[in-house]
Amino acid sequence: MNFELTEEQQLIKETVRDFAEREIKPVAQELDEKAEFSYELTQKIGELGLFGMCLPEQYGGQGLDTLSYIIAVEEIARVDGSQAATLAAHNSLGISPLCEFGSEEQKMKYLPQLCTGDGLWSFGLTEPGAGSDSRGSKTTAVMDGDDWIINGSKIFITNGSADIAKGCTVQAISGEKDGKKIFTTILVEQDTPGFKAVPMHGKMMWRASDTAELFFDDVRVPKENLLGSIGEGSKIMLQTLDGGRLSIAAMGLGCAQGAFELALAYANERKQFGKPISKFQINAFKLADMATKIELARNLLYKACWLKDNKKPYSKEAAMSKLYCSEIAKEVADEAVQIHGGYGLMKDYDVERFYRDQRLLQIGEGTSEIQRLVISRQIGC
Amino acid sequence: MKVLVLISNVPDTTTKIRFTGDNTAFDESGVQWIINPWDELALTRAVELKEAGSVQSITVANVGTKATEATLRKALAVGADDAIRVDTEANDAFAVATQLAAIAKDYDLILAGIEASDYNGAAVGGMLAELLDFNSVSAVSGLQIEGDTLQVNRDIDGGSQLLSMSTPAVAIVQKGITKEPRIPAMRGIMMARKKPLNVVAPVGADDRTSFVNFELPPAKAACKMIDEENAKEIITLLHEEAKVI
Ligand SMILES: Cc1cc2nc3c(=O)[nH]c(=O)nc-3n(C[C@H](O)[C@H](O)[C@H](O)COP(=O)(O)OP(=O)(O)OC[C@H]3O[C@@H](n4cnc5c(N)ncnc54)[C@H](O)[C@@H]3O)c2cc1C
Repeated sequence: MNFELTEEQQLIKETVRDFAEREIKPVAQELDEKAEFSYELTQKIGELGLFGMCLPEQYGGQGLDTLSYIIAVEEIARVDGSQAATLAAHNSLGISPLCEFGSEEQKMKYLPQLCTGDGLWSFGLTEPGAGSDSRGSKTTAVMDGDDWIINGSKIFITNGSADIAKGCTVQAISGEKDGKKIFTTILVEQDTPGFKAVPMHGKMMWRASDTAELFFDDVRVPKENLLGSIGEGSKIMLQTLDGGRLSIAAMGLGCAQGAFELALAYANERKQFGKPISKFQINAFKLADMATKIELARNLLYKACWLKDNKKPYSKEAAMSKLYCSEIAKEVADEAVQIHGGYGLMKDYDVERFYRDQRLLQIGEGTSEIQRLVISRQIGC
Repeated sequence: MKVLVLISNVPDTTTKIRFTGDNTAFDESGVQWIINPWDELALTRAVELKEAGSVQSITVANVGTKATEATLRKALAVGADDAIRVDTEANDAFAVATQLAAIAKDYDLILAGIEASDYNGAAVGGMLAELLDFNSVSAVSGLQIEGDTLQVNRDIDGGSQLLSMSTPAVAIVQKGITKEPRIPAMRGIMMARKKPLNVVAPVGADDRTSFVNFELPPAKAACKMIDEENAKEIITLLHEEAKVI
């Protein structure tokens, strides 16, 4: 067993950390406050080469391994959840299914522009009536001559309505067989007539990330926009979510790491009763517990990445990582606020943002309950 | 123009400094190593000049053991074309300059940081210029290349000079040489993998200095608070205790 990062992975970690500290940290609080999506930061993240990290070079990507990508998400999330969300959703939900299931023409047409920071692609699965139970979808795709006609709506779609959104991979019902819905995945470009993307406002967390409601009103796209084959929708969705779980886990890990560092620094600085509050055993032990949880979370997540990179089954470990990393993000951020006392409740302190941002992680891309369901099935319950 | 940038491998600037062996050696355990910040600025300027077309190639060089290769690899990721590591411990400025002199003869321009952030010796650049008999200017805060000539800004007390200098030359650079050190892009990190990192054997050079022991600077004195009502006391303290007025 070798627990060391390669020289290259270590350099990626340091590089992304430098970038996050220099470019994101100074503006994160303000963007959160204003609930503003930053085109400038998205552009810079593109220039750094974080979009399409795992995509082969011929499509404009970097051809790096999963672990390098996960480290990048972790390092961005260590500083800001919103930017990590833009990055993780675009890579894991936008680019990845196009790369895995797209035809050569589709890949050449869409992928290069999605690696630069000039364009984002979203993944439209969730609907008002279909959250955890994606089979509850109502959006339909019907063949009409050489076109698909799409009707329905999607909700909570990350990167769906930014000005630079180029399109969405839409999960739709294309028919029925033996009383069961047939799911098919179709690519819809942003400027297609009948397609409307409306930003969702009033989020408690990820306030600087773009979240959209999508509406499809007789949206007509050519039959070539089919991703994979007819009826392959569920498989595409499940496989995409397996990969997506790793990046949500990375967000949990990064969030926990960031909150822990803030708490440790504060505890060493803040004096009460004549000494730093970190010298009171209860706080010292809290910090020890945080550090232990983070270490466990990192080991589990990196192992899941290792499995994926070595082409071994990783679905169970991905669900475990997503569950554990997001749950400890909650615990760590909560105690980090506690250590900050009243200041931890004020917006001037970054820990307040971490406390809010972690809350999505136990809900998005499969709730903690659903992760437990996935794991319990895999272990033979 | 062929440029050589000297790269010193130093502890991260936030490292908690500790010593071992009864304060005779720096404790390297758990230390994260980085490119000396001034060298990083020099390298960034070299990359900018290469992008502008006035530099043909950038080599980075370090005197150090295998442990420093990660730092050289980063320099390659930032944009150097190749790297040289002289395979010996870097204990003393004169020894380092002597090792570098053996590999630096063929470059038109050598960029050195004004000092290294570990021991702040501020000696290697000047010594190297002397050993090579190259022109040199220190405290360079601006660098342009015009044909075979260098235009350098040198900071002096209360102002700055613009100097013109012929090559081969050593420019010993400081803050201002570029805006910010460049962060390597993922593409650069990938390409660094394939760039040559040549390890060369050291020439004979004796250390002229050695460490006897280390001492940490005294802890910062506690901040004295003075009540609003006693504003006059601050004058007395500044006068008699701090002796600044
Ligand atoms: C900011 C944000 C960004 C998002 N981005 C995207 C995106 O890009 N693309 C996309 O398709 N979706 C996205 N989502 C949607 C997200 O994946 C869903 O919110 C999530 O899957 C949960 O669905 P739901 O909100 O409808 O909750 P529900 O499914 O209604 O769940 C409500 C509660 O019931 C529990 N529950 C449901 N079923 C079971 C069960 N069988 N057993 C036990 N408990 C159960 C859940 O765990 C939860 O606690 C995003 C959501 C948010 C908030």
